[in-house]
Amino acid sequence: MPPGGKYDIPIHHALWAPVAKMSDHFDLTKLIFGRLTWEAIPYHEPILVATFIAVALGGIALLGALTYFRVWGYLWKEWFTSIDHKKIGVMYMVLGIVMLLRGFSDAIMMRIQQAIAFGDNAGYLPPHHYDQIFTAHGVIMIFFVAMPFVVGLMNFVVPLQIGARDVAFPFLNNFSYWMTVAGAVLTMISLFVGEFAKTGWLAYPPLSGIMQSPDVGVDYYIWALQIAGVGTLLSGVNFTVTIIKMRAPGMSLMKMPVFTWTALCTNILIVAAFPILTAVLAMLTLDRYLGTHFFTNDLGGNAMMYINLIWIWGHPEVYILILPLFGVFSEIVATYSGKRLFGYTSMVYATVVITVLSYLVWLHHFFTMGSGASVNSFFGITTMIISIPTGAKIFNWLFTMYRGRIKFEVPMLWTVGFMITFVIGGMTGVLLAVPPADFVLHNSLFLIAHFHNVIIGGVVFGVFAAITYWYPKVFGYKLDPFWGKCSFWFWCIGFYFAFMPLYVLGLMGVTRRINHFDDPSLQIWFIVAAFGAFLIALGIASFLIQLVVSYRKRDQNRDLTGDPWGNGRTLEWSTSSPPPQYNYAFTPRIHDTDSWWQMKQEGFKRPESGFVAIHMPKNTMAGMLLAGLCTAFGFAMIWHMWLIAGVSFATMLISAIVHTFNYDRDYYIPAEEVERVESERTRVLANNV
Amino acid sequence: MSLLKSIPKLFLIASAFAMLAGCDAVVMSPSGDVAMQQRDLIIWSTILMLLIIVPVIILTLVFAWRYRESNTKATYKPEWDHSTVLELVVWSAPLLIIIALGALTWVTTHQLDPYRPLDRIGPDRPIPADTKPLVIEAVSMDWKWLFFYPEQGIATVNEIAAPVDQPIQFKITSTANMNSFFIPALAGQIYAMGGMETKLHAVINEPGVYKGFSANYSGAGYSDMKFKFHGVSEADFDSWVQKVKTQGDDLSYDVYAQLEKPSVADPVHYYATVADGLYDKILNRCIEPGSVCMKDLMTSHSHHHGEGEAENGHMEGMHEHAE
Amino acid sequence: MSDTTVTANTNQGAAEPSRFLVPGEYHVPQGTLLGFWIYLMSDCLIFASLFATYGVLGRNYAGGPSGADIFELPLVALNTTFLLISSITYGFAVLQMQQNKLRGTMLWLVITGLFGAAFIGVELYEFIGLINEGAGPQRSGFLTAFFSLVGTHGLHVTFGLVWMVTLLLQLKKHGLIHENKRRVFCLSMFWHFLDVVWIGVFTFVYLMGVLPA
Repeated sequence: MPPGGKYDIPIHHALWAPVAKMSDHFDLTKLIFGRLTWEAIPYHEPILVATFIAVALGGIALLGALTYFRVWGYLWKEWFTSIDHKKIGVMYMVLGIVMLLRGFSDAIMMRIQQAIAFGDNAGYLPPHHYDQIFTAHGVIMIFFVAMPFVVGLMNFVVPLQIGARDVAFPFLNNFSYWMTVAGAVLTMISLFVGEFAKTGWLAYPPLSGIMQSPDVGVDYYIWALQIAGVGTLLSGVNFTVTIIKMRAPGMSLMKMPVFTWTALCTNILIVAAFPILTAVLAMLTLDRYLGTHFFTNDLGGNAMMYINLIWIWGHPEVYILILPLFGVFSEIVATYSGKRLFGYTSMVYATVVITVLSYLVWLHHFFTMGSGASVNSFFGITTMIISIPTGAKIFNWLFTMYRGRIKFEVPMLWTVGFMITFVIGGMTGVLLAVPPADFVLHNSLFLIAHFHNVIIGGVVFGVFAAITYWYPKVFGYKLDPFWGKCSFWFWCIGFYFAFMPLYVLGLMGVTRRINHFDDPSLQIWFIVAAFGAFLIALGIASFLIQLVVSYRKRDQNRDLTGDPWGNGRTLEWSTSSPPPQYNYAFTPRIHDTDSWWQMKQEGFKRPESGFVAIHMPKNTMAGMLLAGLCTAFGFAMIWHMWLIAGVSFATMLISAIVHTFNYDRDYYIPAEEVERVESERTRVLANNV
Repeated sequence: MSLLKSIPKLFLIASAFAMLAGCDAVVMSPSGDVAMQQRDLIIWSTILMLLIIVPVIILTLVFAWRYRESNTKATYKPEWDHSTVLELVVWSAPLLIIIALGALTWVTTHQLDPYRPLDRIGPDRPIPADTKPLVIEAVSMDWKWLFFYPEQGIATVNEIAAPVDQPIQFKITSTANMNSFFIPALAGQIYAMGGMETKLHAVINEPGVYKGFSANYSGAGYSDMKFKFHGVSEADFDSWVQKVKTQGDDLSYDVYAQLEKPSVADPVHYYATVADGLYDKILNRCIEPGSVCMKDLMTSHSHHHGEGEAENGHMEGMHEHAE
Repeated sequence: MSDTTVTANTNQGAAEPSRFLVPGEYHVPQGTLLGFWIYLMSDCLIFASLFATYGVLGRNYAGGPSGADIFELPLVALNTTFLLISSITYGFAVLQMQQNKLRGTMLWLVITGLFGAAFIGVELYEFIGLINEGAGPQRSGFLTAFFSLVGTHGLHVTFGLVWMVTLLLQLKKHGLIHENKRRVFCLSMFWHFLDVVWIGVFTFVYLMGVLPA
């Protein structure tokens, strides 16, 4: 910008530097490659090189195997371009599992570093590396593990539970999935090209500003989350509409299964929270790319605003994660207790109250900012109030077990493990909500222990419970219970070993994100925590083994009835396992919350003829294409490759417009086909009575 | 039977607390009155919550055991899903606890507000009439702490001292990144933010050397962003000030410019004199000649124009440059 | 929904299958308009964040210009008029569509688009003038917040224009078929939504900005 304007900034400010740079150098290499050079490849860091080699070999082996077994066409046709909510759900779960392995590797590296880095031993991770690891761990676990798991579960279960054949916008669903993948891909690329943010998982400015973090790390963070966030937002709109509009006739709101209720609240939260993340990340982007002053220290920026905005998204986000799992536990506890859920109505109201309150508590993440006693106590008390509906939920699960006939199948083990673990996490959470107590516990390992206590004890336990519970519905055979139990006990005991020491360390005044320690008396606690992380690793390994073993034993564990637990209560258990593409040959009619339970009680018989053609959406590659272009655009923006960024953005826009010219998006499954599938099921059922 | 099972659990919780008090848990055994009150608050809140947490955990285990499938003697009521009385209990039990805890929160948050000047230096120990608080201005930098003693006219890096039983008023800011000023033995933490000043009132009751550090991650040198806090007698404090005055250098603007450069794990350093208005300029982010001070942030171009002779020299300078 | 097609292998005492299912084809209610409305509400939150940001940063002039220094109300009033008129003309387009008049619909859409383009033109003129004076978004917190709020609205209008052109082509190609009518309604909601947001911008940014501080 030429000087001489009436209002120019009088002194040369360093913040202008990135803007000036854009116009100064104008050679072609810069235009194409931006700031990407060979320097960005971390070949001098042995850990990364080894990881890269392992990933590359694994990747080549996988691609080779896929090619050898000629499954590319199958994957492309049946999965990647699929708009079937069931398949998209499974793909989300696969993404979650893959990213869990990455996020957990980060965790175990941190635990090892903190267990050995005492006194003269600096450990094996310098700050440059360690700071990226804890940032990546947080980002990956929340955005690319927990979120895909939660969205994946909703994808698979919700349409089945409400008796629908797909979601309201099937193409959008596929697109959302690939946008989430795009974010995950960018995060993974940062491991080998350049670096990831060194700012902590919420990238507070000024640390994440261009002055303090001029490297690409924060840009990877911004673009990965922005792209994945768009996907999540769209999927939130999609599911809200699906649940509001597509319930089977007779299913009034108060007859919806509890999981669907929690899914509805979660999706409303997504719609109401993610735009704020989009906005705040966009502002940080402008600060970093154009030199604006949203969150800078100088010229009128305000970093506190970022912290407020990001937590206005961030706090609802934790309820976005936990609410659906509350729904999962409600389904599971009723199923395995062989009993109606106790207090359905109060369960629903508790969920709604939590949804609303989750917006009124964000400030508890920074009581130490100095907001004044009245503001702090207001937010402290609203936080505590959330524990009332949550407490009511716990009691309701408790009284569902009361006078039941509890089968301790693996999902029920996870549920009991959750109930005990979660109340401890809840207690420490309420403790942290007392502002003066937070002043001494904020940012300490006590806080770390608390939120892992609720996220592992709540979300992770819930996800494993849900996977075990619905697995037979998805694939038609049950998971092997032996390895499931191994996984549960390793996870559960590992959790206590890994995080109870952190509570203690927090009370000893140890803060988070520390790279090395002086005080040798702390070391034993970190060693215990590392041992716990090792047990959790065994839990994850058991889960993976369980998948393989169950696949090999699939013929023994086949579910031919569609109701593998024998006690299924909700609609999804009325159809076959796996469900046909169209879910239900006839749209169900609902009279009760536990509709399948009622159908069984009243001796419902499946109709065996009279089938009609079924209207279904067509597969499309548009979602994958657009998300792929988006990945390219994000990568180009990260590296300041303006030409590629421009081209990929334009292509994306044009592809989207071209896609809107496609009016031919659906087709009919002929009645004969439906009849064939249904009579096959009739035959199977008859053979197995 | 089930009650017997729960006794070891209760014992475990009790012993965990005992263990914490025994080992080096500074948050549980602090040396300053404010931190002590915060400790008491943690204990009381925990006890209040245990009133409901312990029964829930016990009931979970009891129900899980009693209503297991193989126990056919237990009652089975598959359609039983509602009880108004139980629902009332279920909602009101946590409600009552939260009412109690909420009241406690409201009162203690105001009492222990870091901005509020102290009204005591210990339980039943009001502040002597003629005591003035010791003012310490703390600046978090990349990655060290700079402390000013405006009344003594000295400054230090990574070390402070204060007399036992004298109220201290910290004024806290930051040069660049956000940090958190925390001496666990003394009082809770508060953020240090650029262009803003936070305050903390506290008092140390026992002599000793305590750890202080940044409790908010601020980049590469964060892990070493530590300082020592000496709680000393009044006489020792005076001699410490003397020591700083005799051993220290001058903290001029030029020296400060050097100090401001990022550095890791800096040794303790003393400054016998401090340039005029240095802290104020750091706080207002106008060390650099010609930059707009934060306190004039809301001054606009025309406002300035209209006033002609403005009070701030540097603003004038900037004006000339612009025309 | 005739029951003749349903075969019920009803046993004595067991429930009729049709008690638990809908025989024949079941038409799921269309959710596009609701979905689009929900999307608009989420977009509204983006604007809410930007308004909040403007509320926080709006007086951080940092020695730079204030609203009173740089806002030219007559220009903005003209701009506002363009946008408000374009909302009315869009209304006419929808009225024509409801009478199934393709030409009229398209004509009014074109007029709407022209007014929208005029709005963007004036806005760009204002922005370029400010940047040339040295009052660009990098100058101060106030200007950052101003440019981002007004600019985000402008980007939305621009996107609306791109959509309008696309829609015109689709109307030309397929006429007033069901899908196209739905799209005209969606864009209509979008367009009116931007109008409402602009009234907020005009009031809170421009009118209140020129008030003496």
